[in-house]
Amino acid sequence: MTTIESYKTKSGVGVSAQRPDAVPKATGEFSFSSDLSSHNMLWGQTLRSPLPSARIKSIDFSEALAISGVHAILTANDVPGKNLFGLEHPDQPVLADDLIRYAGEPIALVAAEHPEIAAKAINAIHVTFEELTPLTDAESAITADPIHPEGNVIRHLKIDHGDPSATGDLVIEGTYEVGMQDQAFMGTESGMAVPSPDGSVDLYISTQWLHSDQNQIIEALDLPEDMVRLTLAGVGGAFGGREDVSMHVHLCMLALHTGRPVKMIYDRNESFLGHVHRHPAKIWYRHHATEDGQIVKVEGKIILDGGAYASTTSAVLANACCFSTGPYRVPNAQIEGWGVRTNNPPCGAMRGFGNVQTCFAIEAQMDKVAKALGIDPVELRLINALEQGDTIITGQKITGAAPVKEVISSLADHPMPGPAENNLLARPGGTGRTTDQKHIKRGVGFAVSIKNLMFAEGFDDSSEALCQVEDGNVAIHTACVEVGQGFITLIHQIAEEVLGTSDITIIPADTSIGSAGSTSASRQTWMSGGAVLKACEAVVVKLIEQIFEDEGVKYENFNGTLVSEDGTKTIPVSEALKGRSFHEKIVHRHAPTFPLNNKGQGDAHVSFAFASHRAVVDVDQELGLVRIIEIATSQDVGRILNPLQAVGQIEGGITQGLGLAVLEELVMKNGVIQNANFTDYLLPTALDTPPIEIAALIEEPEPGAPFGAKGIGEPPTISSTPAVVAAIRDATGIDLRRVPVRPEDIALE
Amino acid sequence: MPNDEQPHLNVNGKRLTIEESWFGESLLFTLRERLGLYGSKNACEQGECGSCSIMLDETLVCACLVLTGSATGRDIKTIESLAPEGSLSTIQQAFIDTGAIQCGFCTPGLLITIKDFLDENTDPTELEIREAISGNLCRCTGYGRIVEAVRIASKTHDESQGAS
Repeated sequence: MTTIESYKTKSGVGVSAQRPDAVPKATGEFSFSSDLSSHNMLWGQTLRSPLPSARIKSIDFSEALAISGVHAILTANDVPGKNLFGLEHPDQPVLADDLIRYAGEPIALVAAEHPEIAAKAINAIHVTFEELTPLTDAESAITADPIHPEGNVIRHLKIDHGDPSATGDLVIEGTYEVGMQDQAFMGTESGMAVPSPDGSVDLYISTQWLHSDQNQIIEALDLPEDMVRLTLAGVGGAFGGREDVSMHVHLCMLALHTGRPVKMIYDRNESFLGHVHRHPAKIWYRHHATEDGQIVKVEGKIILDGGAYASTTSAVLANACCFSTGPYRVPNAQIEGWGVRTNNPPCGAMRGFGNVQTCFAIEAQMDKVAKALGIDPVELRLINALEQGDTIITGQKITGAAPVKEVISSLADHPMPGPAENNLLARPGGTGRTTDQKHIKRGVGFAVSIKNLMFAEGFDDSSEALCQVEDGNVAIHTACVEVGQGFITLIHQIAEEVLGTSDITIIPADTSIGSAGSTSASRQTWMSGGAVLKACEAVVVKLIEQIFEDEGVKYENFNGTLVSEDGTKTIPVSEALKGRSFHEKIVHRHAPTFPLNNKGQGDAHVSFAFASHRAVVDVDQELGLVRIIEIATSQDVGRILNPLQAVGQIEGGITQGLGLAVLEELVMKNGVIQNANFTDYLLPTALDTPPIEIAALIEEPEPGAPFGAKGIGEPPTISSTPAVVAAIRDATGIDLRRVPVRPEDIALE
Repeated sequence: MPNDEQPHLNVNGKRLTIEESWFGESLLFTLRERLGLYGSKNACEQGECGSCSIMLDETLVCACLVLTGSATGRDIKTIESLAPEGSLSTIQQAFIDTGAIQCGFCTPGLLITIKDFLDENTDPTELEIREAISGNLCRCTGYGRIVEAVRIASKTHDESQGAS
C-alpha cells in the first residue's frame, strides 16, 4: 500500500509538490474567464428556444435593437461561414436558422453596454414558432422519422465475440436505467473576444481543448487559422462539459460585428442549457455463468440518448459497448448499442465517458449472479477478474498492467467503519428529517471498474510541447488546458526531474503552439506530460552535445545532474544551462490504435485502468432516506506522480459518482429540463459526502507511459456509483434498477 | 444617508464611492465589475452555492442576494481582506498545504465562510465542520481536503491563542 508520507523525502515526480496557482487561488487574485474585463467592453447574451421542437416562422428584433445601449443583434443570417459546428463532426447550427431541435438551442445574440440592457433586449426579440411534437424517447428514436438530415441513429455498434451459442448453468437477466447527470462545474461558461482592426479576433475562453475550438470557430467565421487566436482563461472545473464549443463562435461574431471587446458569462440556468450532459441510458443484460461462478457469456443491449446533436455520442457509445462486460474475463459476448438523436438536450462528454452507464448495470448483474450462485460478491469478482495477457470482448489483448485482483482484494481486506456518530446530522436525512435510530439499516456494496485511457479507434492522438531556454532561463509551453486537475504542477515536477530545477516559467496555453488534445479521457499526464518530458530531455541532449563540443567531455543526465563518463565531474543541469539557449519543440504520440471492425473487434484502445469501490450506507427504508457512511477505494494508478493531487482526483471523482447514485439528475419533461438550477439539481454538499478511505493505490508501472503513470481522473467516478447502489440494495433488499436512486424508489417500493 | 454625502461602500476598510445608478445591481456585480474586486465568485447567483460569500456588517451573506443600494455605508469584507499585506492567513495556508484547492472557484467563498466559522468555534468536530461548509458547493475536491484544512487551521488557531 502506498501512503502519502512515503514520498515526502523525494523530489521531482512522486512528491506532493505545491500547485503553482495555489496562492493566487487562495487570495482571490487568480483570474478566471469570468473575471476578464477590457476598456470599452460590451456584454453579450443569448436568446434560446423555450421549445424542444419547432420551426422558426419569423424573428423580429426591431424593438430590441431600438433599446438604448444595444449595439448588435445577430441571428443565423449573420454567421459569416458555415452555420454548423460539432466536436466530432459539424451537425449543429451556430444559431438556429429554421428548425429548433432542443429546448435551449441558441437563436439570437445581443451585445449591449450592460448585462441588464442585454437581458431587456433578449426579452424584446419576438420569435414566432410553429410548435412541433418533440421526439423524446430514445428507444422510439431508432425507428422514428428523422429529426435531423443525418438521421436519428448517430451510431449503431455491434460486438460479436466468441461463440454466440455458448450457454451457462445460470442465466440472469436485468434491465437498468441511468438518468441525465450534469458536470455542474462551479465556474459557468464565460469568456471575452477582442477584435483587431485587421478583422482578426482573440478569444480568451475557458475550455478543455483550444485547438478543437479553433477548428470549429474558423469554419463558422470563414477566417483563416491565424486570424482566430485562442488563449486559455482561468477554468473553474470542466469534467467533460467544456469539451464542446458553447459561446465561442457567438463571442467572436459579436466582437467582430461591433468592433469592441465583448464579454459573456452564462448564469447557472443558461449553463445547464449551454453544455452537453452525461448520456441517459437504457441497458439490458443477460449473463450466463457456470455453477462455480465463471461468466460464460454476456448479452447486452445499450441505448444512449444523445439528444439533438452528435457531440461525442459516437465515442461514448464505443466506450459503453467495449467495456460493457466490466473488468472481467468474458469469453463470449453479443453486445449491441445505439447512440440516438432525440429532441432532448445534447449529451456528450462527462467524466467516465460511457463506462459509467454500463458499469452501473454490469455490477448490478454481477451481484445478482453472486446471489443466485450463493457466492460472495467479492469472490465472484476475483474468480472473473481480468489479468495481464487476457483478451477483452473486442479481441484486444491486455498487454499493460492489469492488477484487477490486487485492486479487489486490497479493498476487501480494508477495515470496515464503525457505527455512525449518535448525532442527528449523521443520520439519513440529517436534522431536517425524522429518522428514528431504530429504523436505520446498514448496507455494504462493492463494485469494480475498467476505464480506457486516452483517445481510441485510430484517432491520431498527440500533444506538442516546447522547452525553451534563454540564457539559462527555462520556459515550457503547451496548449494543455489546466482545469484544476494540476497539470501545471506536473510540468514543474517533470522539469525538476529532468533539468534539476522547478524554477521555470509556464507560457500560457494558447493556439500559437500545436494541439495538446483535450484535457479529458484521463490522457494529459500521459500525452502532454510525455510531451513535456521529451522536450526537456531533448534540451539536455543538445546541452550534452554542446558541452562535448566545448570541453571534449561526455556527460550523462541522472535526474537533473550531469555526470561525466568517467564519473569524476558532476554539474546540475540547471547550472550547465546558464548562458546557453535552446528551443526544442516535440510532438508526443501514444502507440497507434485501430478502428473496430464490423464485429466490434480490434485493438481500439491504448491502456486500461482499474478501480474498486466499497460503500457503506445507513438507510431509513420507511422514509427512503440514505446516508453514505463511508466510501473506500483501491485504484490502479501505474505510478503516483503527486500523491496529494492523486488523492484530490480520487476524492473528487468519488463524490461525483455518489452524486449520480443518490442525488443528481436533470429531470426532463417533454424535452424540457425542469431543474436547471442549484436549488433543484442536487450537488453533493460536505454533509452528503462521507469520509473517503483509500485502501490502496496499486503502483504497477504501465509500459509506454511516461514514468509508468496511468491517468487517474476518471476511474473514481465509475464504480463508486454502483457500489453505493449495491449498498442500498444490501440494506433494503430492493432491486434498484435506476440511478439516481430517489427516496420514492426506496420508500414506495 | 445625508443628501450631501456621496453614496459609498466600506470595503475591506476602504471607503469606495459608488454611483446611484448601481443601486439596482447585485452587490456581487458592483464589487466585481464596478470596483474590480473579482475575488468573490459567481457560480450560481441565486444564493445556493456560497461562492460569493462575504461579510456584511459581520454577518456572512451571499453577495449575489444583496442589492448594492442596501449595502451603502455598511462594512463589507471580501476575500481580498484575508491576506492584506501578502502574508497568507492560517486558513489560506492550510488550504494550500492540504490540497484543498483544485480549480479554485469555490475557494474564496469557502475561506470567508470558514474564517467566520472558526471565529466562533475554535475546536470543531468533523461533523460540525461539514455542517459549517455545507452551504458552499465544491465540485472538484469531494471536500475531504477542505475538511482537513479546517481541522488543521483550527488547531493552529488554538495554539496561537494559547501562546498569546
